[in-house]
Amino acid sequence: MALTRKDIEYIAHLARLEVHEDEIPAYTDKLGKIIGFIDALDAAETGDLLPMAHPLNMSQRLRPDVVTAADQRDVYQQNAAEKEGGLYIVPRVVE
Amino acid sequence: MAEQRHTLAEMARLLESGAISSRELTEASLARIEARDSELNAFITVTAETALAAADRADQQRAKGNAGPLTGIPIAQKDIFCTAGVATTCASRMLENFVSPYDATVVERLNAAGLISVGKTNMDEFAMGSSNETSYFGAVKNPWDPARSPGGSSGGSAAAVAAGLVPMATGTDTGGSVRQPAALCGITGFKPSYGRVSRYGMIAFASSLDQAGVLALTAEDAALITQLIAGFDERDSTCSDQPVPDYMAALASSVAGKKIGVPTEYFDGLDDNCAQAMHAAFDVYRQLGAEIIDVHLPNLPLAVPTYYVVSPAEASSNLSRFDGIRFGYRADGAEDIESLYKQTRSVGFGDEVKRRIMTGTYVLSAGYYDAYYLKAQKVRQLISNDMARCFEQVDIIAGPTTPTPAFRLGEKVDDPVQMYLNDIYTVSANLAGLPGISVPCGLVDGLPVGLQLIGPHFAEAAVLNFAHQYQLHSDWHKLLPGGTN
Amino acid sequence: MQWEVVIGLEVHAQLATHSKIFSGASTAYGAEPNTQADLVTLGYPGVLPVLNQEVVVMAAKFGLAVGATVAPRSVFARKNYFYPDLPKGYQISQYELPIVEHGHIDLTLEDGSVKRIGITRAHLEEDAGKSLHENMGGKTGIDLNRAGTPLLEIVSEPDMRSAKEAVNYMRRIHQIVRYLGISDGNMQEGSFRCDANVSVRPVGQQELGTRTEIKNLNSFRFVEKAINFEIERQIEVIEDGGKVVQETRLYDSDRDETRSMRGKEEANDYRYFPDPDLLPVEISAEFLESVKAAMPELPQAKAARFAAQYGLKSVDIEVLTAAQGTADYFEAVAAGCDAKLAANWVTGELGAALNRDGLDIAESRIGPAALIGLLKRIEDNTVSGKIAKDVFATMWDEGSDADAIINAKGLKQITDTGAIEAAVDRVIAENPEQVQQFREGKDKVLGFFVGQVMKATQGKANPGQVNQMLRDKLNS
Repeated sequence: MALTRKDIEYIAHLARLEVHEDEIPAYTDKLGKIIGFIDALDAAETGDLLPMAHPLNMSQRLRPDVVTAADQRDVYQQNAAEKEGGLYIVPRVVE
Repeated sequence: MAEQRHTLAEMARLLESGAISSRELTEASLARIEARDSELNAFITVTAETALAAADRADQQRAKGNAGPLTGIPIAQKDIFCTAGVATTCASRMLENFVSPYDATVVERLNAAGLISVGKTNMDEFAMGSSNETSYFGAVKNPWDPARSPGGSSGGSAAAVAAGLVPMATGTDTGGSVRQPAALCGITGFKPSYGRVSRYGMIAFASSLDQAGVLALTAEDAALITQLIAGFDERDSTCSDQPVPDYMAALASSVAGKKIGVPTEYFDGLDDNCAQAMHAAFDVYRQLGAEIIDVHLPNLPLAVPTYYVVSPAEASSNLSRFDGIRFGYRADGAEDIESLYKQTRSVGFGDEVKRRIMTGTYVLSAGYYDAYYLKAQKVRQLISNDMARCFEQVDIIAGPTTPTPAFRLGEKVDDPVQMYLNDIYTVSANLAGLPGISVPCGLVDGLPVGLQLIGPHFAEAAVLNFAHQYQLHSDWHKLLPGGTN
Repeated sequence: MQWEVVIGLEVHAQLATHSKIFSGASTAYGAEPNTQADLVTLGYPGVLPVLNQEVVVMAAKFGLAVGATVAPRSVFARKNYFYPDLPKGYQISQYELPIVEHGHIDLTLEDGSVKRIGITRAHLEEDAGKSLHENMGGKTGIDLNRAGTPLLEIVSEPDMRSAKEAVNYMRRIHQIVRYLGISDGNMQEGSFRCDANVSVRPVGQQELGTRTEIKNLNSFRFVEKAINFEIERQIEVIEDGGKVVQETRLYDSDRDETRSMRGKEEANDYRYFPDPDLLPVEISAEFLESVKAAMPELPQAKAARFAAQYGLKSVDIEVLTAAQGTADYFEAVAAGCDAKLAANWVTGELGAALNRDGLDIAESRIGPAALIGLLKRIEDNTVSGKIAKDVFATMWDEGSDADAIINAKGLKQITDTGAIEAAVDRVIAENPEQVQQFREGKDKVLGFFVGQVMKATQGKANPGQVNQMLRDKLNS
């Protein structure tokens, strides 16, 4: 299926990626090829097979409700671009 | 050690006999990196100082008589594994300056066994690629021919081992990222079953497919390392608590009377020379008393399309955490939160990563989920069932690891689909969660090709056993890049 | 035109675990920013979620309490969207296969009839962090302490037909989670909040009107006010010839109005898919049995038992079973004295005192044993009910026990017939006019005599005895 400019813009926005005007042709071309390639799945006879979400045939393990993590804020925040008073700082978010 | 490669097992013997010290081994490794890596570009970070300090500690431990068998041997970690205090970049601008506050389980276990990391190896960005060309730090060169790709995504690890910089390096395999570069660099690459090795601390690409693996010179070395890294980890819900068998003990078993299944579909359109190399390998097994049987994987053509729906879908979500707020690259000067996200992610991620995020977002989006993602999950079951059916007949599946030997750098960058088709023989093992290994089995046009062996779930011991028995009766794994012995 | 209102609620109850739903970070409220944000909470590269056993137990308890199916297999999914207080860029929630389905709550309406409200589902998910805008110099600060706190989202059917019903339903859910001990239900701290889906349609119309969703209502009062405002607004829009737009709205309690969040949110394309880091949660029959065995008595069962065992009036039962603590307190008192007397005092004096001082029954200044001490003195006629109230007040203020106060203040009731008789005789002698009225058939005058005798004895005479003696003497 061919992808339109609108498709590219919509997906890019959902994924929070910036797509410049001059990148649109490359995206429509390459993503179009990829989508064309995966369209092969359409022909597969899957009948009433259940979807396989995971290769492991196990159930979820549960951990006891115990606090094990100590406060390491200062260590963890060393990787943050902007922080103040223990908070991570971002441009103003309007609610 | 300059022109000679030593296996882990050989190094362990040399250390134990006192013929060499850990410091000497580590210095030799660092010297090889110094001499070769400006050309190969296999490393993103080299930790010479900490490695030498660790080597001295290892020598002291050995002197006191409390060293393990592998204590003091230099190795390398793929730069996708978090290493406390050492940059972990995932070969991305996004994590160029990221220093993990913790060690991945694989790293923790190898450190605990006394192995010494000399650095972090180059890779495709976030492990997305089959050629190592998507790395923010530039492509790795194949030691057999610097104009060619070492494969990917664990290309740096494969090149480092092939060139004798280290005897072993870790890798990760989501769709073939351990086995394919091992094949293209003429070494051994082992991917255990999904759930056998903890994923904790391994930066996620596609969580239901990712598995840590080993790049080494021999199946025996792969067994030594797998023994250390396999087994339960309470920090990973998808890590199995099944006991880990003694892989070393299993290596010696005879393959006589065992059945090897060869999917006829593997040979549809395969390069003649590659096919010949495979048949020669099958003959070795016949001579060892194994039976070669035709089996069928009727849905093989669907494996790559399925993989390229499931893996980008998971990746698109896994990579959402890179938003410039808590860690990683952040774009300057964004006025509002939306711009912060978009500018950060557009600059921080490379083209292939962005393409996969876009593909993954698309196949999960409203209106397309059923047609792509859900359908791919059903086909995944179909492929998994096909594999299971084969294992009702045979002990192991054998065939080529890749359709061709190493391709030229730049040859496939413009056509993502051609690049993706490199994974045709490897992705099924990931989709089904099975263990697989690639061992060198010949040269085509002077370049190595790999024989791939795939076993049933949690049959690591059998896969390693088959590979080891082959290596006892072949010399391809001993060839140095260039084709000399 | 006559309008019918259709309301469904999504209640979010924070589960009262020690650690987060997927990691060992603390969930305690009020810590310094980000000191309870561990690697998993922060979504650091490479870390993975591992499910807290207690949240599964708590969800199963809730399911059992509302007569729902507790799913033998449920699945966590990722809900993908970008927001700064959502560290991973996705929220781990449950989508297609929730842990609880098909439950209900029976509401007693004002006319005494019972109405069943369906509970579509209840699913587990992780809470988000908090965005702070005040005093941030035009920026936003992110505190992720709350991120990863377990939530049970309880989704009702659109079965409610008025704001009052919606509040009634929400109170019942609140009561149940508190009884089960699975949530502290603290609305100020945001541990219990709800979103309301509201629509209107002409009476008799089958098809539902377009609904709006009012987000983040964190008090019963706001739920009622916001829904009522929204009903009025929608009716006005339609009657003015307009159309209700399907959208999310926020309730502004200062202005008592809801307003659109339009433009601030996306088309909701959350790209849900099963979280590959987590495996299906399987609940065995044995596990469910063990949860069942540990279930406390629930409000409705308790109410039925209180009626049968103690013969209490339904108004009292409602007050006594509203919270587990009140019911326990009552039963502790009823174990030591007459149950009806206990019920009167717990719902009456005690309730009023707690209310006045803003205390929870767990913080009561008079414990059950002390209250028994007082009520026993009513039963054995040591003090009258009226005097007992004074004693209670002193107990409340000073903390001493009933007997000590009665003795110290000389409040002991006069039961000595001679002393009472003397007072009765004196009152009869001093009021010939009233005696005449009584004898002419004005029974009401008896009250006057009782009052006079009580006054003469400073309230300490036994009222029953005074009554009997007066009748005997006046009729002779």
